[in-house]
Amino acid sequence: MATRVTLEDLVVDYGAGPVVDGVGLDVAPGSLVALLGPSGCGKSTTLRAVAGLLQPRSGDVRFDGRSQLAVAPERRPVAMVFQAPLLFPHMSIGDNVAFGLRMRGVGREERRRRAQEALERVQLPGVADRRPGQLSGGQEQRVSLARALVVQPEVLLLDEPFSALDASLRVEVRELVAQLQREAGVTTLFVTHDQEEATVLADRVALMLDGRLEQVGTPRELYERPATLAVARFFGTANAFDGVVADGCWRGALGAVPVRAEDGAGVLLVRQEAVRVVGPDDPGVDAVVLRTAYAGTSVRAWADAGGTEVALVVDPTTRLVAGDRVRLHVPPEHCTVVRR
Amino acid sequence: MSVLAGPAVPVVSPPRGRASRSWSAAVRAVSLPLLLAGLVLPFLPLLLWAVAERYPYPALTPTVTSSRPLRLLADPTSEVLTGLVNSVSIAVAVAIIAALIGLSAGRALGLHQFRGKRLVQFLLLAPVIVPGLAVTLGIQVFFIRYGLSDTRRGVVLVHLLAAVPYVSLVMSSVYANLDLRLEDQARTLGAGPVQVFLRITLPAVAPGLAVAGLFAFLISWGEYVLTLLVGGGAVKTLPLLLYSYLGSTDTPVAAALGLALVVPPVLLLAVTSRLLSGEGTPLAGFGRT
Repeated sequence: MATRVTLEDLVVDYGAGPVVDGVGLDVAPGSLVALLGPSGCGKSTTLRAVAGLLQPRSGDVRFDGRSQLAVAPERRPVAMVFQAPLLFPHMSIGDNVAFGLRMRGVGREERRRRAQEALERVQLPGVADRRPGQLSGGQEQRVSLARALVVQPEVLLLDEPFSALDASLRVEVRELVAQLQREAGVTTLFVTHDQEEATVLADRVALMLDGRLEQVGTPRELYERPATLAVARFFGTANAFDGVVADGCWRGALGAVPVRAEDGAGVLLVRQEAVRVVGPDDPGVDAVVLRTAYAGTSVRAWADAGGTEVALVVDPTTRLVAGDRVRLHVPPEHCTVVRR
Repeated sequence: MSVLAGPAVPVVSPPRGRASRSWSAAVRAVSLPLLLAGLVLPFLPLLLWAVAERYPYPALTPTVTSSRPLRLLADPTSEVLTGLVNSVSIAVAVAIIAALIGLSAGRALGLHQFRGKRLVQFLLLAPVIVPGLAVTLGIQVFFIRYGLSDTRRGVVLVHLLAAVPYVSLVMSSVYANLDLRLEDQARTLGAGPVQVFLRITLPAVAPGLAVAGLFAFLISWGEYVLTLLVGGGAVKTLPLLLYSYLGSTDTPVAAALGLALVVPPVLLLAVTSRLLSGEGTPLAGFGRT
């Protein structure tokens, strides 16, 4: 029932070099995929190409295998929600929500009824007669969501729909989107620059950097097994150690760590929270705590392991102060080796 | 004492603020009536003359009043009615055509970057900079050649020459304020290009379009020289009639004609003033207090 969205080697070019450079992505029917990346990486452009608002230079956009390139945006079975609510200022809220139905030739009575239902689903009953500008930003964005969902699109496109909202509203509207998306079972492509938003909402995350897809996988895969150094850097909190891989073993500042990687120079990535403080006789490396930062539920610490700085996150019950001698263990199962 | 000294400071300053406030109020109290007087008083003699039969020099008001001048306006056998019909039909045609041109030209100028845009902007302003008389003298030959001279069509065309620059500039600023994402949003909701224009773009620019059309109407309504040159006296509009009566000795009729020339635009402005000022002003910074 739900639609599979496939992007094939998509290239979008505004004239000064490609903005989207060979993006290939498969979105399983009914799933929610987040296109994550810093601003200017081409994720919104990709979304606009899926919506048909711009024509790719090459590649293809397929819904259930049907190419959409020759299909005008208004004829694609998509609905899009933008960063701003973009309510049509000269129409009532009800007419705004019913707009897509009107364009599809749905009769007045049914339009009214379905718009009403859609507004109830976004928890805004009884605002149909109000005008845009009489609602708060969060309410308007919910109206915008209702307006997109009321046409029962096969594919829902969300372009940073929460980034204009303040923090508390953002979480609220995010939960609503997650719930509505599950209920409608609509295939959803969701653009965001916020990694938390992406990892919380999405079934799969596609990390985009400089117009290319860097890695596609579950949030956990991206977080714990970054495919490249750039992915690890985007997610921020990973330690990266230069070293050499030989015979299934990485050797560097942290000693020898058994890994599955090809021989040659390799960067060992290990998340800060995976680094453990162990007893003096356990396997590991000796280090001296340089400084700590208390963050309530956790404590971040930085330690010097023979000239290499290691960042780690420990339990607040572990009392560490600068100058402490500790033994650090890096569990091999939490390590990944990538090329520099 | 020191406790009291703190709040004492702001107590000192309000009288000064009050003084400056009352000063500005006084300026307003004087300047506003002066401004109104300056705007309204010139029309007073016009009103008096329009109901006069005899109005000799030292008298403050007409010595003999009459409804003759005003009746002449409504007299179907006089030229006034023809002039009114000509003026209205030409000005309305100019307003509509100029608005249509401004609708597309304004979009191009307001929203798109293209080669030679500055040149186009300059050329658009050229008829404003170059005196209309010079322009018209130059193109009159062509009007004669194409049989547009002495016709209403010709007059409409030459009025457009004067009106289109203003309308295009007004519309370009209206379009510059248009949020194009609204059009994208409408497209993704199933509206084709025509629907987007009719249901989203047009309603959004409509107030500005009305203002632009009003400008075009007013430019055409008050035009004298261009009408005379191209109309050649065959197309008699109200300003032409007014000039010929001003040259004659019948001042009361000239005054009545003057009123006929003033009243319609004032009424039009009164109706559309909502668009020029207040909330949702279509022209940013235009007519705002």
